[in-house]
Amino acid sequence: MINLEIPKKFKPLASQANQVATEVFRPISRKYDEAEHSYPKELDMLASLIDGMNEGSDIGGAGAAGVRRESNGNGDDGNRNGSNLSTVLGIIELCWGDVGLLLSMPRQGLGNSAIASVATEEQLERYGGRWAAMAITEPEAGSDSASIRTTAQLDGDEYVLNGEKIFVTSGDRADLIVVWATLDRSKGRAAIKSFIVERDNPGLKLDRLEHKLGIRASDTANFTLQDCRVPKEALLGSSAVEDKQGFGGAMQTFDNTRPLVAAMAVGVARASLERARECLADAGVEIDYAPPALSQPAAAARYLEMEADYEAARLLTLQAAWMADNGRPNSLQASMAKAKAGRTCVEVALGCVELCGSVGYGEDELLEKWARDAKILDIFEGTQQIQLLIVARQLLGKSSAELR
Amino acid sequence: MNGNDKGVAERSMGFGLRALSWLAGSDLLDRIRARKQVERALFRTTRNGFRSATAAGRTFKAAQKLTGPARQAPGKPRSLFDIAPDDEQQMFQEAVRDFAAAKVRPAAQGADAECATPTELLDQVDELGVNMLGVPEELGGAMHEQAATTSVLIGEALGHGDMGIAYAALAPGAVATAIGHWGTAEQEATYLPAFSGEDVPAAALALLEPRPLFDPLKLETAARRDGEDWVLDGVKSLVARAADCELFLVAAEAEALGPALFVIESGASGLSVEAEPAMGLRPAATGRLLLEGVRLPGDALLGDGDRDAYLECVQRARIAWCALAVGASQAVLDYVIPYVNERTAFGEPISNRQAVAFGVSNIGIESDGMRLATYRAASRADQGEEFGREAALARRLCAEKGMRIGSEGVQLLGGHGFVKEHPVERWYRDLRAAGVMEGALLV
Repeated sequence: MINLEIPKKFKPLASQANQVATEVFRPISRKYDEAEHSYPKELDMLASLIDGMNEGSDIGGAGAAGVRRESNGNGDDGNRNGSNLSTVLGIIELCWGDVGLLLSMPRQGLGNSAIASVATEEQLERYGGRWAAMAITEPEAGSDSASIRTTAQLDGDEYVLNGEKIFVTSGDRADLIVVWATLDRSKGRAAIKSFIVERDNPGLKLDRLEHKLGIRASDTANFTLQDCRVPKEALLGSSAVEDKQGFGGAMQTFDNTRPLVAAMAVGVARASLERARECLADAGVEIDYAPPALSQPAAAARYLEMEADYEAARLLTLQAAWMADNGRPNSLQASMAKAKAGRTCVEVALGCVELCGSVGYGEDELLEKWARDAKILDIFEGTQQIQLLIVARQLLGKSSAELR
Repeated sequence: MNGNDKGVAERSMGFGLRALSWLAGSDLLDRIRARKQVERALFRTTRNGFRSATAAGRTFKAAQKLTGPARQAPGKPRSLFDIAPDDEQQMFQEAVRDFAAAKVRPAAQGADAECATPTELLDQVDELGVNMLGVPEELGGAMHEQAATTSVLIGEALGHGDMGIAYAALAPGAVATAIGHWGTAEQEATYLPAFSGEDVPAAALALLEPRPLFDPLKLETAARRDGEDWVLDGVKSLVARAADCELFLVAAEAEALGPALFVIESGASGLSVEAEPAMGLRPAATGRLLLEGVRLPGDALLGDGDRDAYLECVQRARIAWCALAVGASQAVLDYVIPYVNERTAFGEPISNRQAVAFGVSNIGIESDGMRLATYRAASRADQGEEFGREAALARRLCAEKGMRIGSEGVQLLGGHGFVKEHPVERWYRDLRAAGVMEGALLV
């Protein structure tokens, strides 16, 4: 039965997350944007609170609860609303508060998501409850993650990692780093595996923290791995160099995390739209849904166009999460959601700055910050162009060799 | 426009003649050896310029007496998020999809050229029961609950076949749905049985007026009181099968009430029609409906002339047009995929190039967004929730992205997209309608 409203059972969760955003994130939003690289200590208490709520429940940060597929229905017609949807709803609310702070939440990193999604029971036991960051990108390998150069060589009971990793979100603050490395560069993507590295491993050297356009509350670390030894058991998933499957498994993490980044974009876009609407109302422009957009003031018409894009982005995001909850393959929808939400978020946030003029551009308002934060959401977890590539390959039935 | 300004039709005729004499005097036609062809086309246009009477029409008579207006119940609130249609909807969807593929698409090019949809085809659509979705059970309807979402799925499926034929075929259903939603007991008993019978009358819900920046809440068509009667003057635009309609629901600014709908049978004096062929939606044989001092009894006002009911009508119509645009957009996607995969340039399929492939991606992404926004608006309507915002946003999306998808469809085929061997040029023309039409269809 078609219904695209927030399910009743997740309304308390969304409202809790909104309270956190309002009471915790918003008041310190500007402070940590200015104090780049200093840890938002206010988040510690929040993280413990969320850990408490996380016991078998759904409120999460950046999807750290993981996205294991579930297929049993919980509606009378087999329809299921599960943790993918609830996580997305929680993220939208929290990022309405502050996306940089969400990304800084202890134990809520994308590494946690990877671990929760593909770890064995033993690994869950060993690494569960700790903060894990994700290290994929290298100076010479960004979108092209199959061409990473960091190597992992088996030496007795240990893997030895060597290479350089950049743009590691929360890399300095996390307890663990999930590092992508290749077992054999000649074997291409099939040999790429992910390894869990303890942050205090002596072979893992922090080179620097980046200064960024936005999400400045979140630290972004660059590392060198030099003869970094990890136990054999630190390899996530299967160690066999099979055709594609290993890399496919790693990439599958992305199918699961893309809707989460889309959700972040939806949250930031909504924050911008809501504030801009208030500013416009102060200026005497009310948004009216009854008359045609083009018979309203230009500012209102522009606003409606942005809000329409926001609506599409939001629904595409919920769709991708709903499909995962219902055990349907959602790689296409996940990338559609990420592409639409990423670009919409940037268009909307920048558009709202323009609508609000110097008020939107100045630091008295958060609008300018949201516009800076927005841009990363169209880049990380696969850029706009990568999403369009994935969508195109799926729609056209093309391999990555045919459509490069 | 008002009653004594009867020059509208004459003026447009005059304009037609002016254009005719200008063209006839130009040697351009002879230079391009097109005189014969153009003369034939002009014959048609001038013929269209002449006014004709509305169709004779049947006599509508109340067959039963209702104690009060019959209404479909709002659906139960749904507790879970769900994008999948239920079993009944799926059945409808599949039937209409099959029909659209087998009958509608093959007829589309001809209907576009002829500016008419074959009557047999329209009869076949009626047999599917799509025009009685809004008719309450007591009056022969099939649906106990409101069925905006089902209407959307049907509009989408028919629109995938052809938007213009879908408009022609679904227009009578809009009148039935409006009467079923807002009509008085008397109006329901008089008009609705015809829509669940075998011989569904051509009928049109006419809101749109021919002027730039038309706003359905600010109508120029006026209904003034004269004793117990109403007297209507004005012009309605892009009315589906205007010349064949036996029944009209006309929106007019009613004295002391605001915008409202009036039930008008085609035999009413002062009514006339003019052909109004447009860029697209040509299979719907669009025309203008001219009202000059049309005198109606007091009970011609639909329901009690409630302003909220009228606004809801406007919003439900927007959702219906979105549904057609979603279907047509999907048709574009389905058509360009095999084309760009098979067409080669520089030694490989053009779809191996990102510039082409990304165009396909964006059609996919935006049409899916349009679809979800449309479903959301319809589903809210069925659950008795406010849906004006959602309908407006879906309309913005479908107007803007639908147009782009139409354009991209032609672009991806290049010169081949510009000629009538391929349907993409028709979708280009039809999809522009999603941002232009108001009223006319309902969910």
